Amino acid sequence: MKKLASTLPNMIISLGLITVIAGALLGAVYSATKEPIAKMEKEQQVAAIRQVAPPFDNDPEADLWTTEIDGLKYSVYPAVMDGKLQGAAVMGSSMNGFAGEIVVMCGFDLDGTVRNYVVLSQAETPGLGSKMQQWFRDPAGVRSVIGKNPSKTHFYVSKDSNGEIDAITAATISSRAFLETLRHAYQAYLDYAKTQGVSVDEAK
Amino acid sequence: MSKYWKLIYNGIVPGNPVFVLLLGMCATLGTSSSAMNGLMMGIATAAVLVCSNAVISAIKSLVPDKVRIPAYIVVIASFVTALQLVINAYMPALNASLGIFIPLIVVNCILLGRAEAFAGKNPVVDSICDGLGCGIGFTFALTLLGSVREILGTGKIFGTEIYPEDYGMLVFVLAPGAFIALGYLIALVNKIRKAS
Repeated sequence: MKKLASTLPNMIISLGLITVIAGALLGAVYSATKEPIAKMEKEQQVAAIRQVAPPFDNDPEADLWTTEIDGLKYSVYPAVMDGKLQGAAVMGSSMNGFAGEIVVMCGFDLDGTVRNYVVLSQAETPGLGSKMQQWFRDPAGVRSVIGKNPSKTHFYVSKDSNGEIDAITAATISSRAFLETLRHAYQAYLDYAKTQGVSVDEAK
Repeated sequence: MSKYWKLIYNGIVPGNPVFVLLLGMCATLGTSSSAMNGLMMGIATAAVLVCSNAVISAIKSLVPDKVRIPAYIVVIASFVTALQLVINAYMPALNASLGIFIPLIVVNCILLGRAEAFAGKNPVVDSICDGLGCGIGFTFALTLLGSVREILGTGKIFGTEIYPEDYGMLVFVLAPGAFIALGYLIALVNKIRKAS
């Protein structure tokens, strides 16, 4: 078949047809993958909540409570069992890391003790700051934040005054940002507990 | 049959997109921080390359010469966007580790390069073989570079530890190490090619 000549109508029709077909195909792929994508995102979030929060029988996403600390959104997913608050998973972020936003999902027991955490997204230096998902649960030294309560333990790096958590080697900035997120998440949890009339202090 | 083998082979060794043609360097340097990332990026690019080569070859006589570049780009961009949606839907971990580099496949020189140099002039089956060859060559190069960087930088390969991470040279995981490792690999490939 001979190649179409480059006349104006030919060019318009040819390019127009190609873009229309491409657009239609993309629309089809988009609508076919829309549901799985939404499902996947929800599943990831639910999995993260399940991993960090105390056992619950409510729908934490339906009971979502949000607040703002330092201009950043903190989402509190309450964990309720038999109608009683058990603790919560708090999703929060910090912009003070070494590279971009750090998003952490942190779980608290009723008294505010850190149960577990998941780093949902970060862009810290590979091999240094990016170790935060493992580092702050490592029992070596005073690295771990798990099982500690921000009201009793100073969630600051040990280099800073009064700090009681070891920073990641060669990634102090990332560590500070991570601990800041946890402190703010704790604050958000306290604020939420107050709205529920639950005294976190009594639970200790 | 031997003709097709030759086309595939050409993309892997004598015309390797990374080591010989030095095309698609941005994606090569950016996604080869580990062997797994390199492999996955290579497979994603290869899939788009085979599809775009096939379609471009099929529609080549319907595209007037003066608008062929935008037409090719639309074809390539469509496949990349579709691929990105599929990866988003079914492989979220992959999406998290490759991130922006998946949509950036659109501007990878290898794709437009093969469309211009090969698919726009040759029959469909030949173009598919050419795409397959270049895709495998690209995947091979990225996996090799990723392995070198992962071993030197973190002491692991495909996540399996070879020596303790503390002895790793972090620079190889970062951008400068990508240039250093790629430079030495290209020198090595050149030496082997000259010797044979």
